[in-house]
Amino acid sequence: MTETLLYLIQQLINGLTIGSTYALIAIGYTMVYGIIGMINFAHGEIYMIGSYVTFIVIAGLVSMGMVSLPIILVVALIVAVVIASTYGWTVERVAYRPLRGSNRLIPLISAIGMSIFLQNYVVLAQGSRDVALPPQISGGWTFGDPAVFEVSFSYMQALIWIATFVTMVALTLFISRSRMGRACRACSEDLGMTNLLGIDTNRTIALTFIIGAALAAVAGLLLGLYYGVVNPFVGFIAGLKAFTAAVLGGIGSIPGAVLGGLILGVTEALTSAYFPSEYKDVVSFSLLVLILLFRPSGLLGKPEVEKV
Amino acid sequence: MKTIKTTLKAVALAVMATSTLAQAETLKIGLAGPATGPVAQYGDMQKIGVMAAIDDINNAGGINGMQLEGIIYDDACDPKQAVAVANKIVNDGVMHVVGHLCSSSTEPASDIYEEEGVLMITAASTSPSITEKGHQLIFRTIGLDSLQGTLAAQHILNSVKPKTIAVIHDKQQYGEGLATTVKSTLEAAGTEIVMFEGVTAGDKDFSALIAKLKKEGIDFVYYGGYHPELGLILRQSREKGFNAQFMGPEGIVNSDLAKIAGKASEGVLATAPKSFDQNPVNQARVERIKAKGEDPTGPFVFTAYAAVELMQNAINKTGSTDPEEMAEYIRANPLETAIGKVAYDKKGDLTESTFQVFTLHQDGSKTPVK
Repeated sequence: MTETLLYLIQQLINGLTIGSTYALIAIGYTMVYGIIGMINFAHGEIYMIGSYVTFIVIAGLVSMGMVSLPIILVVALIVAVVIASTYGWTVERVAYRPLRGSNRLIPLISAIGMSIFLQNYVVLAQGSRDVALPPQISGGWTFGDPAVFEVSFSYMQALIWIATFVTMVALTLFISRSRMGRACRACSEDLGMTNLLGIDTNRTIALTFIIGAALAAVAGLLLGLYYGVVNPFVGFIAGLKAFTAAVLGGIGSIPGAVLGGLILGVTEALTSAYFPSEYKDVVSFSLLVLILLFRPSGLLGKPEVEKV
Repeated sequence: MKTIKTTLKAVALAVMATSTLAQAETLKIGLAGPATGPVAQYGDMQKIGVMAAIDDINNAGGINGMQLEGIIYDDACDPKQAVAVANKIVNDGVMHVVGHLCSSSTEPASDIYEEEGVLMITAASTSPSITEKGHQLIFRTIGLDSLQGTLAAQHILNSVKPKTIAVIHDKQQYGEGLATTVKSTLEAAGTEIVMFEGVTAGDKDFSALIAKLKKEGIDFVYYGGYHPELGLILRQSREKGFNAQFMGPEGIVNSDLAKIAGKASEGVLATAPKSFDQNPVNQARVERIKAKGEDPTGPFVFTAYAAVELMQNAINKTGSTDPEEMAEYIRANPLETAIGKVAYDKKGDLTESTFQVFTLHQDGSKTPVK
């Protein structure tokens, strides 16, 4: 294979990985929106907390002499999911439930407040410096002639691809097939009516937040391990990119969030690959504007019907 | 309206003057820099240096019997917050400031200090434009970006002699300024720069950039910016099997680079202020700082110490704490300080370079390159 082709493959792998990282966070974002029609700005912060918990658990287990990587990862995952879900539930309890039924802008602002609170809370509790973790899962596959251009695809990148795909399928099935999922869909159709029909909407919405936060924790664990660095400010940028991905794919649609994330990631990687990398954000956000001009509800989003 | 404002100002000044008289036994020195945020450790270095100098002066009886007091103002290395901090310093009646740290914060803040008559000495800001506005009260105890960039370029040309060079920066005033100086100096010497690109500060994924560097067959990368991004670039380069020599400015010199990049940080080159903690005059000071459980090796510890020394000497010699008189004296009279001889040109820049090339190690230490 020629250098040009190998280089393109490498950049596509890079782009799909970046895209998957956006998608992992975007799935949780879009799910909460799909069900209660509100943007949870604190989602990025929950992701950041998930990363911190992972780092603390791994550092703790390693210092206690634990060597088995699978056990360490499973314990870290469980702890991160439990703690992040608690935060997700609390955010809903504090910033959303008391404001149910008020103007849509009000919970939006309280969620931004929540996001700033959580960020500063972590700054105070953990310090504002970067916290780093040595690589836990290293190695990968390489192919192509090293004399021409060697393409590398690490195990960690593969893990992120798989995790993104699995969460997307699992969540889609949960929403479309399970009893709880049906309640979620009912809530998104008409909250008042669902309540009248005897479904505990508060419980359903709380559950949505808990699942969203658990997904953010999975993303926090994987991306924390992938980059090996976390600071209290990663949630903001990650949240912004994930939000963009969710809007691009059609907010409320789970496969849409993944598609949006992948398009954003691949565009960024290819722009960096063939143009000076400072144009990365210019190109990807121009693309966002263009797509939204032609498909205002996003790629896979359903056009919103105004409820009367 | 204007008259009212002027009157108010006059009243405020009068009040301030009386309060200065009333508290003549303590002189407040403002310490402006990041106490929080991603680059807070540089703020710590400045704090260690200034507090050590203040303690030394106070223990020796103060300046003309006047005790010093350091007050910390946190700008989080954010230009907007720096302006707020500068206004607060002026409102608090503090007339002498060591700081700010990040060039992008120092620049807007220095305009306020100049206008309000506050003496400012920065121990860390290296952007040339800070001293290019003709300000009279603004000084620094660190060399310029341009000097640091030129030194890096000379080292690349004379010692490293790479074949294909890339210059990467973080699109911020400090990083891009340095990267541009390195690029233009290298080009002036007839060396071609294969890539000159910016990354976004705060980004976490540099895989696309690294693949590109690898494809271009780059064997030397100069990075203009700070350690969080370079740390990730190094770490990801190693994972991708890209093994070029990296070099950066003093913004990458701290032990967090080694924490983030691990083994990949071994052998990275950097220009940084000379290791003043090795300077014989500072041995007793180093011991005192260590005794407090603090780290005396940071690049800005003794530049900050020297800033306080300059203020102390100016007050001693002029017998006044008036910023304008002090500034005039500092500009005209070279002083032997913790960082060697400090002499200023008309703009308020040092006439002698304080930088040196270092090799960084994976344990976070650094050794000077001969």
